[in-house]
Amino acid sequence: MSSVLYDTPGPRARRRNVLFTIVFLAVLALVAWWVLAALNDKNQLAADKWSPFVTDSRVWTTYLLPGLTETLKAAALSILIALPLGALLGIGRLSDHRWVRVPVGAVVEFFRAIPVLLLMMFAAALYREFTTVSSDFRPLYAVVTGLVLYNASVIAEVVKAGVLSLPRGQGDAAEALGMRKGQTMTYILLPQAVTVMLPALVSQLVVIVKDTALGGALLGYAELLSQNRQITANYGANTIATFTVIALIYIIINAIVTHLAGRLERRLRRGRKSAAVAIPAQGGPTDVKSDAVSGA
Amino acid sequence: MFDFLDSGQYDLLGAFWVTAKLALYSAIGSLIWGTALAAMRVSPVPLMRGFGTTYVNLVRNTPLTVVIVACSFGLDQTLNITLGADRSEDIGFRLAILGLIAYTGTFVCEALRSGINTVPPGQAEAARALGLNFIQVLTLVVLPQAFRAAVTPLANVLIALTKNTTVAAAIGAAEAAVLMKEMIENEADALFAVFAVFAFGFIVLTLPTGLFLGWAAKRLAVKR
Repeated sequence: MSSVLYDTPGPRARRRNVLFTIVFLAVLALVAWWVLAALNDKNQLAADKWSPFVTDSRVWTTYLLPGLTETLKAAALSILIALPLGALLGIGRLSDHRWVRVPVGAVVEFFRAIPVLLLMMFAAALYREFTTVSSDFRPLYAVVTGLVLYNASVIAEVVKAGVLSLPRGQGDAAEALGMRKGQTMTYILLPQAVTVMLPALVSQLVVIVKDTALGGALLGYAELLSQNRQITANYGANTIATFTVIALIYIIINAIVTHLAGRLERRLRRGRKSAAVAIPAQGGPTDVKSDAVSGA
Repeated sequence: MFDFLDSGQYDLLGAFWVTAKLALYSAIGSLIWGTALAAMRVSPVPLMRGFGTTYVNLVRNTPLTVVIVACSFGLDQTLNITLGADRSEDIGFRLAILGLIAYTGTFVCEALRSGINTVPPGQAEAARALGLNFIQVLTLVVLPQAFRAAVTPLANVLIALTKNTTVAAAIGAAEAAVLMKEMIENEADALFAVFAVFAFGFIVLTLPTGLFLGWAAKRLAVKR
């Protein structure tokens, strides 16, 4: 294959590639051997440290699945609240009125500049001091509040970019038909912008799922990551095995979300020929418009 | 309202200094690791490409919190790898940098790769047609354009990294989030003031970076 960086390899380049492959394999094998030796040294590779995840269904029913449920609950609540809020803020940023545009812009920029962990800790303290939310539910409230504030501002930016990416003629034509500003937004601009925004919105969902782990590590929310303590306590200090399984669960969920988004996007694109080009995903820093590579 | 700042009880600047150091060391480390990953992902050797792609996809989908907590529980407490530190604070600091590098490197890799992808293949083809060899094509034509296009995404990664250093609080590196937690507990009546101080601190850390790199990106942009 040829790319901007190199030509289709000839006989000499092919020989060199084979050499690189062998050297790289050797390095990989060396690293793998070193890691396995270190693990073996501390007895982390013993079969009984890993087998509970396959043979003992209680690991799943008592710890991992309830933890996963909490993770998904917090993520789902956050996205459900953040989406409409973010859409409102995004439309607010596009407002023709200065007294709407400027304050909304300030709010959005403020919450985007602050680490989501600080928002969560602040929310937890707020609920403790000023509300009667019972301490069982406070971590969930705090996690969801922090995630909503941060992600609503990010979604606001996505919505703004999505609407601005549409051809000017769309808004002009709606105006020429005599539509009011609200009608133009709800019937003309937003429906088209949704297709454009979808990749960015979904990668934000991945960010939200990942950020729920903060609540487990620092706010005492009983989500997936926080289950590692109980598992390692009950199944013989199998730290490496437990973290591997937990990380794999996160990876699989995020891969599923990304895959579904890709399918949905292709379907929407086929259904409606939008003139706009998709704005790049905001979850990764490949995106040029935002700094939404959050977290954790 | 802000009198807790004068009490001398809290080392606010010290905490933010640790945050800045975390961000700086991790930024340097992840730039190196991310460049290595990007080099693998665009290399003509299929095995390297496969390794780069797998690593990026796995680590990018893992929460940073999991990476950092795993560094503490897995490396320090299970395998006794402490990176040469003795005090628990130092261990947390160094392992947090390691975790941040492992995680942020994937985003740096994607930023660089997106920069390379903005260079039209015609540029390299024209350079080859002029008789430039591989090294010349790379250093004179392709990479200068790619780096300019990568400035904006790299700036976003740096800002996200600065905010992500707070996750190091999970393993006890004495940075801003740890101090904020302590202050929230001790100064509950000045809750809003405490939050305002820390929010301001992070805005001070991230805003100049964003403004400067935004300006630089605009100046360096390749006009096409």
